[in-house]
Amino acid sequence: MEGLTLSDAEQKYYSDLFSYCDIESTKKVVVNGRVLELFRAAQLPNDVVLQIMELCGATRLGYFGRSQFYIALKLVAVAQSGFPLRVESINTVKDLPLPRFVASKNEQESRHAASYSSDSENQGSYSGVIPPPPGRGQVKKGSVSHDTVQPRASADQQEPASPIVSPQQSPPASPHTWRKHNRHSSGGNSERPLGPGPFWSPFGEAQSGSSAGDAVWSGHSPPPPQENWVSFADTPPTSTLLTMHPASVQDQTTVRTVASATTANEIRRQSSSYDDPWKITDEQRQYYINQFKTIQPDLNGFIPGSAAKEFFTKSKLPILELSHIWELSDFDKDGALTLDEFCAAFHLVVARKNGYDLPEKLPESLMPKLIDLEDAADVGDQPGEVGYSGSPAEAPPSKSPSMPSLNQTWPELTQSSEQWETFSERSSSSQTLTQFDSNIAPADPTDEKYHTNPTSPLLVKPSDLSEENKINSAVKFASGNTVDGYSSSDSFTSDPEQIGSNVTRQRSHSGASPDNTAPPPPPPRPQPSHSRSSSLDMNRTFTVTPGQQQAGVVAHPPAVPPRPQPSQAPGPVVHRPVDADGLITHTSTSPQQIPEQPNFADFSQFEVFAASNVNEEQDDEAEKHAEVLPVEKASDPASSLRVAKTDSKTEEKTAASAPANVSKGTTPLAPPPKPVRRRLKSEDELRPDVDEHTQKTGVLAAVLASQPSIPRSVGKDKKAIQASIRRNKETNTVLARLNSELQQQLKDVLEERISLEVQLEQLRPFSHL
Amino acid sequence: MAVCIMVIVKENYPFYVRSIPVENELKFHSVVHTSLDLVDEKISAMGKALVDQRGLCPGLLYPTEDYKVYGYVTNSKVKFVTLVDSSNTAHRDNEICSMFWKLHNSYTDVTCNPFPNPGDRIRPRVFDNMVTSLMTQVC
Repeated sequence: MEGLTLSDAEQKYYSDLFSYCDIESTKKVVVNGRVLELFRAAQLPNDVVLQIMELCGATRLGYFGRSQFYIALKLVAVAQSGFPLRVESINTVKDLPLPRFVASKNEQESRHAASYSSDSENQGSYSGVIPPPPGRGQVKKGSVSHDTVQPRASADQQEPASPIVSPQQSPPASPHTWRKHNRHSSGGNSERPLGPGPFWSPFGEAQSGSSAGDAVWSGHSPPPPQENWVSFADTPPTSTLLTMHPASVQDQTTVRTVASATTANEIRRQSSSYDDPWKITDEQRQYYINQFKTIQPDLNGFIPGSAAKEFFTKSKLPILELSHIWELSDFDKDGALTLDEFCAAFHLVVARKNGYDLPEKLPESLMPKLIDLEDAADVGDQPGEVGYSGSPAEAPPSKSPSMPSLNQTWPELTQSSEQWETFSERSSSSQTLTQFDSNIAPADPTDEKYHTNPTSPLLVKPSDLSEENKINSAVKFASGNTVDGYSSSDSFTSDPEQIGSNVTRQRSHSGASPDNTAPPPPPPRPQPSHSRSSSLDMNRTFTVTPGQQQAGVVAHPPAVPPRPQPSQAPGPVVHRPVDADGLITHTSTSPQQIPEQPNFADFSQFEVFAASNVNEEQDDEAEKHAEVLPVEKASDPASSLRVAKTDSKTEEKTAASAPANVSKGTTPLAPPPKPVRRRLKSEDELRPDVDEHTQKTGVLAAVLASQPSIPRSVGKDKKAIQASIRRNKETNTVLARLNSELQQQLKDVLEERISLEVQLEQLRPFSHL
Repeated sequence: MAVCIMVIVKENYPFYVRSIPVENELKFHSVVHTSLDLVDEKISAMGKALVDQRGLCPGLLYPTEDYKVYGYVTNSKVKFVTLVDSSNTAHRDNEICSMFWKLHNSYTDVTCNPFPNPGDRIRPRVFDNMVTSLMTQVC
């Protein structure tokens, strides 16, 4: 065959192997049996082995001469690297890893052989404690070593270059080292480079003298080296990363005296790499980093999972183990490996190839240290993983609370809206009207607010309502979630809110019909009636958002708006004086009417006990408002009237609101009945007035008829009306949603109530006893 | 107590199955399989809405006399179905959904592993442990 050029390491390695096979110490011919055994250990298919043998000429010659043997070994390396077997490949393939031979003894070696670049990183973790007949081996090694000494000399030079790993190791331990070397060499040159590429030149490190010990890797070999050695040989799993350097064989003679030291060192070295805290030595780390660079030049970058997969598949570990290694090493579970993660994974691969069992958790020394984002501090992946899984899991739950709160707020809103409605009814006719409006309006703003502020729905609602409704006295409720506040604010807010927008119109209709003369221009906030309510609030509410008021107008039949508009718009002002007189009377009656009508509407709705009442009520109110519109113009007088009414009604309302509020907090069941009852009373009271009102409504109608005489405001009003219609529709939908949610809640509550009642009944007999 | 958890991939075959009481396993499996239709139905009904970042949680799919079936769909059409013992009526949808979120998270962690090919059984022990903890915790 053509000349075979071997690198120094290869030379040494092959020499050792040769000597290993050279049982008969012929130095020329290797025993076929051994060779075959060796080849089998190479884990190559039989046909490949045959091919190799043929290529190297052994079949031709019938025996393995040194050259054939070397060629064969080279071919084995080629085959193991996945290259096609060709004669030319012997020399052409560069950076060929040392052939790997897996045997019981050689397992360790093979692990070590996990491709460590032959650069000074002689991480020749030999585990290859191959204990062939030590004596023989030793002897042979002695001889072989001599032979190989020279070639190794160059390798020895590497030693100094190579990061002397085992500082601890005492170089001298020659006998031990020698023995080790013997073992190693006999073991077939445990220099099995792991995986592709770099093989350790353990030889180079040769324990020639002091360097020998140094050559040993990361020296912390456990104290009982020799025993370990022996055990290594017998028990591959321990996989001492000893780098048997043939060179050390040389030292055998001189080093013999040092028995266990070197071995100990070597063992220590090996074990330190694995056993001890899975520490990565510097050379190893350097090697890993180099490998990392080949895949990802940026040391701070990531290796994507696919690339890593390819890389680690080369190590020929089973997929299951590779996946386990990945689990352990991918600390941040991102599907990519950072430098630290990569080093850890590589280290684990090396360990595994040397027979170490993979840990369940990532050893601390292997954990990625630099990045603090992953829970690197945790011991092992699992805690980190748990942490990760936990945190994301927590996030959703955290979100969910917001959602329920939202849901809660909605029902509460609806409840509050109901309450408002009740309040409105109570407070005064006008107020009730306005409150209806406010109820509607608050619904919109509250809805918005709910989305933003899921918490404290009750508080939110009132506040929202107040601000948005401004018009609505109900908004005042927000100021305090107290019924009292409601009651007081009812009347007042309703009046002032009669701002020019539709909402204002409605408000005016609702309660402030008398008050609403001010709808368009600055609402007659300063109405005397407002004095009671927190006028401040009213101002606030007014200033807040006129638009909201309009929104609050939701559910008012389109018919209604037009009327208010004229009144609200400049009309009101005009009308006021005009209608003031006429309206006064009307207003006086209108307040009564208003409350009556709304009361009726509310009452019926509440009886139905559905949140949808809001809309209905609103509609009713709107209608009533429409009638009252003309009356509203006389806002001031009306307000005064209303005040009176509201007083009477507030009492009722407060009473009703109180239960309503309470019920809000508890179950929707409570409030409705009470308000209903209240309303009934109020209605009763009002009924006598109905007749009067009806009469007055007729008057109002007449007044309204007169309104058309004021067309100028109509034009402006149209747009406003349309806008308000839109808003109302939106509010409508919102309320409808609220309604459905509330109803759902209602059902749930009813169920709970039933179950509670049942329990109560069960308990009662006992209590009596 | 979740008696059975199953992970079903897009092609509607089970990817991972875990049951607590070993008996009646077949029954669980068949129930879960039949409930796949419900999942799809609910998803189509829900439409594009309600796709929160945590995944679609249709929640209760079907209550039988003994068990309740809950479903969950991820963005990649991987479905998680779980059977919960009916004796535990205290379970709200939110709890189930949070459980599914945890499951989803650990599933993604598992999927990050490039070595096992997609379609292989889920080997990682972490996933198993998490699932076990979930199943016992839910009960």
